[in-house]
Amino acid sequence: MIFSWIRRLGAAAIRLLRGMGKMVVFLGINLFWALVPPVRFDQVVRRIRFIGVKSTLIIILTGAFTGMALGLQLFYTLKRFGAEAMLGPAIALSLLRELGPVLSALMVTGRAGSALAAEIGIMRLTEQIDALEAMALNPYRYLIAPNLLAGLIAFPLLASIFDVVGIYGGYVVGVKMLGLGAGVYWGEMRNLVDLEDILDGLYKSLSFGVIVTWVCSYKGFFTGYGAEGVSKATTEAVVLSSVLILGWDYFLSSLMV
Amino acid sequence: MIEVRDLHKSFNGQEVLRGVSLRVERGEIMALIGMSGFGKSVLLKHIIGLMRPDRGEVIIDGQDIFQLRGQALEQLRTRFGFLFQGGALFDSLSVFENVAFPLREKAKMKEEQIREKVLQVLEQVGMAGTEDKYPAELSGGMKKRVALARALIMDPEIMLFDEPTTGLDPITTSLIHRLIRSSYERLRFTGIIVTHEIPKIFEIVHRVALLNEGRIVEVGTPAEIQGSRHPVVAQFISGAIEGPIECR
Repeated sequence: MIFSWIRRLGAAAIRLLRGMGKMVVFLGINLFWALVPPVRFDQVVRRIRFIGVKSTLIIILTGAFTGMALGLQLFYTLKRFGAEAMLGPAIALSLLRELGPVLSALMVTGRAGSALAAEIGIMRLTEQIDALEAMALNPYRYLIAPNLLAGLIAFPLLASIFDVVGIYGGYVVGVKMLGLGAGVYWGEMRNLVDLEDILDGLYKSLSFGVIVTWVCSYKGFFTGYGAEGVSKATTEAVVLSSVLILGWDYFLSSLMV
Repeated sequence: MIEVRDLHKSFNGQEVLRGVSLRVERGEIMALIGMSGFGKSVLLKHIIGLMRPDRGEVIIDGQDIFQLRGQALEQLRTRFGFLFQGGALFDSLSVFENVAFPLREKAKMKEEQIREKVLQVLEQVGMAGTEDKYPAELSGGMKKRVALARALIMDPEIMLFDEPTTGLDPITTSLIHRLIRSSYERLRFTGIIVTHEIPKIFEIVHRVALLNEGRIVEVGTPAEIQGSRHPVVAQFISGAIEGPIECR
């Protein structure tokens, strides 16, 4: 009884390790093809449109509401300490270092990551990926590597849009609705926010770009059979990407503090 | 010339190919027939190297496809055309873009020349005027014809057809067969057609091979296969339920 339990646990551990190894190899292959010229710029631009441009509206909306909610919460919290003047930098630092990269990555995972996994999964099921190979085209180079490059370009840009809109959202609530001086809001922000804070957020969103496009492409590429297989791949892609974003964010934050 | 030697392939412990050996001569069209699920499409995907066997070889003009990597494999594959069962057209591209795709990716041709060639091949398969349509707007037969145009656009030396007429009505089936034959007359490719179209397929192929339980049971001309006394071949050709072939 105990032995069979241990055997099953061992088998599950081996399966997990094998799966992780396969994912890492998949990432390695695609990073290689992403960097080896000639780079498929036409495909990269197409994927930036898919991942980035089409996510802009949702990023603006979530950025605005996040900034507004932050403005509201932080204003009353800071007021208890008599530190309302710190509202601007508090919002900016929260967004630039943490919320901007993380929330924008989570939103893009929901919108574009799931679609990416489903699209590649359907291409696999309908033999479109086999067709690429049969036409002597490398599917990693043609299909997956452009996603990674597009993720690297689109995620930081989307996070930046999120940050800017969020900061303006906080401004609307803090200054226009709650009466904080505009000079105080912007002035303190300028005094307390460094380039390093902006770069920390940028590094985070670059890595999230790789994580999301890698995980979602992998799940689609190795999808199971039928509609159920694609549905499972899509769900797993979103869940795993989200967990990795949050876990990796904590890891990076602990290095950057 | 295509030579398959002792090919074995298992999926999750279930052996699909159990030592397939087959030889297709240059310029010959062979029909590969057999029950569904007995590994015909799997064999076809091994021939172009889309699947790797557990053991065995596929020799294309003296080269074992499983020993080739990178550019050498790509170069060999440029000699192939593959018509997939469902067409495998790219959903996001129009008919024109689908057919032009291999030329744009692999041939160093000017856009004008590509346009001319695509329109010519679409005309040959009776699909002129559909250039701007998308795969979702096409019927099953139209998709197959566009896929055939895409497979033929590079003037392949070897053509693999995976059930080119499955799910089509008898008239469209005859049309596809005629297109295969006319493209053969033009290109003289070496071809393998996986099919269930018996006896219609006998009109356009030189030889027929029957795959059963993961092995080639018999190879012969259409006349030889139709007159075969091998119990498996006789049952398959007649379509009888009773016999040595186990219906699953």
